[in-house]
Amino acid sequence: MLDDTDTAAVQVDNVLEVNNIEVIYNHVILVLKGVSLNVPKGGITALLGGNGAGKTTTLKAISGLLASERGEVTKGSIKYRGEPIHHADPAETVKKGVVQVMEGRHCFEHLTIEENLLTGAYTRSDGTAAINADLEMVYDYFPRLKERRRSQAGYTSGGEQQMCAVGRALMSKPETILLDEPSMGLAPQLVEQIFEIVKSINEEQGVTFLLAEQNTNVALRFAHYGYILESGRVVMDGPAKDLRENQDVKEFYLGLSDEGRKSYRDVRSYRRRKRWLS
Amino acid sequence: MPEQLAYTIEVFLNGLMAGVLYALVALGFVLIYKASGIFNYAQGVMALFAAMTLVGIQNGQVPFAHLINAIFGTDVHKFGWTVHSFLAILLTVIVMIALAWAVQKFVFKHLVGQEPIILFMATIGLAYFLEGVADLMWGSELKALNVCAADGVCLPQGLNMWIDETTFNAFGYGFFIDNLDIVASIVAAILVIGLVMFAQYTKQGRAMRAVADDHQAALSVGVSLNFIWVLVWSLAGFVALVAGIMWGAKSGVQFSLSLIALKALPVLMLGGFTSIPGAIVGGLIIGVGEKLFEFLIGAPFLGGATENWFAYMLALLFLVFRPQGLFGEKIIERV
Repeated sequence: MLDDTDTAAVQVDNVLEVNNIEVIYNHVILVLKGVSLNVPKGGITALLGGNGAGKTTTLKAISGLLASERGEVTKGSIKYRGEPIHHADPAETVKKGVVQVMEGRHCFEHLTIEENLLTGAYTRSDGTAAINADLEMVYDYFPRLKERRRSQAGYTSGGEQQMCAVGRALMSKPETILLDEPSMGLAPQLVEQIFEIVKSINEEQGVTFLLAEQNTNVALRFAHYGYILESGRVVMDGPAKDLRENQDVKEFYLGLSDEGRKSYRDVRSYRRRKRWLS
Repeated sequence: MPEQLAYTIEVFLNGLMAGVLYALVALGFVLIYKASGIFNYAQGVMALFAAMTLVGIQNGQVPFAHLINAIFGTDVHKFGWTVHSFLAILLTVIVMIALAWAVQKFVFKHLVGQEPIILFMATIGLAYFLEGVADLMWGSELKALNVCAADGVCLPQGLNMWIDETTFNAFGYGFFIDNLDIVASIVAAILVIGLVMFAQYTKQGRAMRAVADDHQAALSVGVSLNFIWVLVWSLAGFVALVAGIMWGAKSGVQFSLSLIALKALPVLMLGGFTSIPGAIVGGLIIGVGEKLFEFLIGAPFLGGATENWFAYMLALLFLVFRPQGLFGEKIIERV
């Protein structure tokens, strides 16, 4: 999708701009040390990196969820369509069209799937008919949810909960979805399926995605552009295709090297040998 | 019908009625606990505050009269009018909503994300603060809730003659049941049905349950926690008002009213902290249990006065064998 014309568009039409932000939790713990990134309208942008790199914190800084965890953006700015949002209330940000799907799904366990989805439409004021139409749209993307609509979310499977979380975000009629770790704890097949749906939502509904993901392989296949974070800093960025072919990315994040795919068995036996010696 | 059985049934019925009043207080706890995880120690004081405000407004008392008189050397106590009961109730509801807003704005907004114990401590502070405010605003003397105000709005009291006669004719023994208790039961039933309908079928009710399940997720979809919390504190304030009216009509509006909060504690342990129906059933079980226990075992064998501790004993047993209470939400856990 990202051909020459789109690359040109990237420069002009950034819907979300994160400018050198620093985030501190509890007044003392410095988590982000100057992160900048641009999210082009209508694209899928991936935010990659290992545990503790700062992916989730970046997303929460954008959506405004930091405040409830005693975190705060102390430097830099976050602009959505040119308006600063780094001190905004999460509800305001949702009304502006940015909604976050949190890591670990966070469905409302005691509400049914359908109630979960309807809660997603909380900020909307365009009437029941429009909301019901969107409900049907979500059910079209996730037929599984329609089957489970009357079940309490807490009793559905991990995959269904992930679908529910994405569907719930869709119900707010967003322009931009911040998707945090959608692959967490899901079988590879299911991960593929969820990413396929994300892709079609992106293409058909024109929803912009900013995606935080540890599963670099999958993320780079579906995203158009990627940023790699390491301990609170962006260390590399570029079009997904370039990142996929980059030697370092291959080695550190995709487990490939010049000698081809490194087997997990090799790694393990190496470790075992070491332990035998010590 | 044998005398003993008739007595037992009557005690049972009276227990049910007393239980309704416990349940009313417990209901306020449940609302706040469910939506915000705060155990609101001030619930009893809120009932007291609501009842005092109602009586004060009804009688046309000047709020903070003592304070004003002390500062300005004046001698005002009353406006010289009385307010129609319905209007007074409406005004009191507005005061309770304002209180809810203030509590959220000045206390709990600043404590978001703190430990539950810190929130609990804040409610203890709130309880004493509110008690002081009630005293300062309306004075500390015992007041009678106007059960039959000049405007003809009556809370019926006294023996229900109809039940007495009917049961006498049917069983040869007339049951003593207080009219006020009957009214309290009906009001409680309406209140509970209303609250359950609100929680199940309205947008705000759904958001309230969503917040109860997961604050963070509710925030992420744009639910304003602030608004929801003001809403539940207002609802709890309203429930406190109803409880305050019923208790106040029964035993006068006085400061010991705030202690009924302690009686609601075992009710909550029985019914579960998170269940609205649980609060009702818990209240009824405690009410009936303590009356029957006193009548059948306490008075004849233990020298009486078991009503004071029976509820707590029962709660203790529940804590050992079913800590989430009868209706407490099952903790859904998936790994």
